[in-house]
Amino acid sequence: MKQIEKALRRPITGIFISIFMGLIVGAVVLAIAGYNPVAAYGAMLRGVFSKPKYMVQVLIRCTPLILTGLSISFAFKTGMFNIGAEGQAIIGMVTAVVVGYCVPLPPGIHFIVVAVASMTAAALWGAAVGLLKSRFGIHEVISGIMLNWIALYLNNYMIGMAWLKKPQTEASYEVLESSWIVMLQNWKTSTAGREWLLDGSHPILSDVLIKTDLNYGIFIAIAAAAVIWFILNRTTKGYEMRAVGAGSEAARFAGIRVDRNIVQSLAIAGALAGLAGAIVITGAMPHRITTLTAQPGYGFDGISVALMANTSPLGVIASALLFSGLQYGGSAIQAELGAPSEIINIVIGTIIFFIAMSGAFKMLADYLEKRRGRTDVQ
Amino acid sequence: MSPAAEKDYAVQMRGISKYFGAFCALNNVQLSVEKGSIHALLGENGAGKSTLMNILYGLYQADTGEIIINGQRENIKNPNTAIKLGIGMVHQHFMLVEPFTVTQNIMLGMEKTRFGGIMDEAATRVEVQELSQRYGLYIDPDAKVEDISVGMQQRVEILKALYRGAEILILDEPTAVLTPQEIGELIHIMRKLAEDGKTIIIITHKLGEIKQSADYCTIIRRGVYIDTVDVQQVDETQLASMMVGREVKLTVQKEAAHPGPAVLDIQDLTVEDSRGIDRVRKLSLQVHAGEILGIAGIDGNGQKELIEAIMNMVPAKTGKILVQGKEIQNHAPADTLDAGVSTIPEDRHKHGLVLDFTVAENFVIENFKKVPYSSRGILNLKEIRSHADELIEKFDVRPAGCAPNPVRGLSGGNQQKLIIAREVDNNPHVLIAVQPTRGLDVGAIEYVHKALIEARDQGKAVLLVSLELDEIMDVSDRIAVIYNGTIVDILEAAGADENHIGLLMAGGKKE
Repeated sequence: MKQIEKALRRPITGIFISIFMGLIVGAVVLAIAGYNPVAAYGAMLRGVFSKPKYMVQVLIRCTPLILTGLSISFAFKTGMFNIGAEGQAIIGMVTAVVVGYCVPLPPGIHFIVVAVASMTAAALWGAAVGLLKSRFGIHEVISGIMLNWIALYLNNYMIGMAWLKKPQTEASYEVLESSWIVMLQNWKTSTAGREWLLDGSHPILSDVLIKTDLNYGIFIAIAAAAVIWFILNRTTKGYEMRAVGAGSEAARFAGIRVDRNIVQSLAIAGALAGLAGAIVITGAMPHRITTLTAQPGYGFDGISVALMANTSPLGVIASALLFSGLQYGGSAIQAELGAPSEIINIVIGTIIFFIAMSGAFKMLADYLEKRRGRTDVQ
Repeated sequence: MSPAAEKDYAVQMRGISKYFGAFCALNNVQLSVEKGSIHALLGENGAGKSTLMNILYGLYQADTGEIIINGQRENIKNPNTAIKLGIGMVHQHFMLVEPFTVTQNIMLGMEKTRFGGIMDEAATRVEVQELSQRYGLYIDPDAKVEDISVGMQQRVEILKALYRGAEILILDEPTAVLTPQEIGELIHIMRKLAEDGKTIIIITHKLGEIKQSADYCTIIRRGVYIDTVDVQQVDETQLASMMVGREVKLTVQKEAAHPGPAVLDIQDLTVEDSRGIDRVRKLSLQVHAGEILGIAGIDGNGQKELIEAIMNMVPAKTGKILVQGKEIQNHAPADTLDAGVSTIPEDRHKHGLVLDFTVAENFVIENFKKVPYSSRGILNLKEIRSHADELIEKFDVRPAGCAPNPVRGLSGGNQQKLIIAREVDNNPHVLIAVQPTRGLDVGAIEYVHKALIEARDQGKAVLLVSLELDEIMDVSDRIAVIYNGTIVDILEAAGADENHIGLLMAGGKKE
């Protein structure tokens, strides 16, 4: 009994129970709709794990989500809801295309310049939200949402520019190959590489390298998570920001500049989302921006990822993997059973719902303890 | 105590237990209150006295036990049942609608009507006047609540309960917000009510008032019933020992002060609030090294704004604030700290601590940028931890070894110890303490007062702001009385007359 109570108090237990509950609810909905839940989840698992290239696809999809999830987690730790990550990611993508297409540079260096430019632009985009909040008291959710739309239309406006628009398309030109971070890009497209990959003796490698855009982005994202964890927990800046987030009045009393920290925190959050945008462009096809009719969702999915990770910077890596795995595998449900893949959104929504009420697990622990306590007394 | 049958009891509570989660707030507590008596319920903060009264008033349900009202066993499910049984409660925080008149507040929820729906305010007004006269409350039925004093508002609350037919009146810490004069008047009112056959239960931890007003006193300690005594048969020290469970010294022990030069010098300071109203008006004050200057005053007379201006949380409109001859007004909060002013803030949860931070993190909130707690922007967790361990031991913060725990889990007294340890460890020239014992129990209060006197003896200038006049009188060397934003008089604490100070606090003229 005591072990159960103890376990219920750990945040990680709440997350696992939530995931489990999400899958249960998804199964119930599937059953009601007349599909076999076991077959559906089986299809989902096969959709992720049956081939190496599927797993790689999940990795590619989760890379920007790690970064936007980090962006939102970081802002949460400093007491703010960076719903503007969506727009910051778009700004990162637009900047990446402009710098990646217009500024020819040697491979390697080119990506670094693109990434720095994207992060800077998106950091300014985020800092604007911070300034509006600290100067004029405008809530970051309001200004964040508005800036998301401004970013979207800026994206469309840029595609309207003759120097950037690829004729006969609704998209920009592709960025130069020198800025790409696709793994072994030169070798796998060379004659020697193709021959080696296609001679049939390396099925896994050829599957992964030829059929996917496996890129270095995942390493960058993991490194970013480690850096953010370090900043938050090991530096004076991180301490300040956490103090502002957990008790802004107490921080102000202790001489910490609250307004400045709000701006800085949103700038860092913006830079992370901007980096996500840069990796989307340089990491995988189609290496360009297209005219947007709706928000692409990197930032919004990042909110789900951050919540599933309980806003832990390192937890974001795992939750982004889970999120992308569910989404990618979920499409297999539709392909195999004809069940709508939206079922996965129900699963994800339920998981977040249960995580949001993880206080209930603590209450359950309290209740168990109380019951035990009372029997001890009587 | 004699058996129940011999006496006429208004309230009997037997074997009451109440759990909050695993925490046992009340364990088999009993209470018997004679009809027409004033019965004090004494206990430290968190002893369970408010919980017991909330059960009687129907706000909580007891897990075990029975309640007998006027010889009848009753099940009090909610306050409505309690009101029907003739139980009224005046809470510590008043539940009044400020822009309404006294009459309107009293009739609220049970308006008299004529012709099926037309409100009859005049009828209520007459009744209010009658009740007010009968018990000597002197309430103007047409005054707006926002315009009358806190003491008067309390009487409105009492009247409200009487209007609802209360025969048993529960008063929760009724004197916490009153001046000495108002306390005297309240005791007089309670006596009159008791003579008229009303039964009064007061929740308090102030021993002097119990001696002055109550007939009987029930003591509760950590949720356990200790004793019920006839107040005439015991003295204050005995009551205190029963409440705390050990011998306590009620008077503060201190040597004479040896004041040095003025360290904090405030000259003609004016501070306005967010609405542009001057809250501090041309206030001048000096605090010397090696003395405790106490600021006595009723809440809302500019104490808050004065301290916030010194801390640079709000700007000074005019005037100067000098610390060791250096002007600090209208700088950043960090500059006040750097000038050597440390503050124990009034609201420790909001201003003193980051509740979700660990104890160790809270210890360095002012100094985390300084060596050895960090260097080149990287925190030195080892130093922060050992600094915390050191202060925890030196200042006896409990539980021992709490450095990695969140501060939220500490008791109020230990949270306050943490803040005191942190601020004293800054080794400031000026130590400001605002309501430093608010909400603390007797043991912790003793500790806080000792710490302030120790700081004084080390040559620091100590500025104490408190709404508790007893505390000001006991701890200070000099007393400055603040009224309407200015210091109306400064007196030596030794030989100061409580009633005289009370009069000054209420705006009375200097003798």
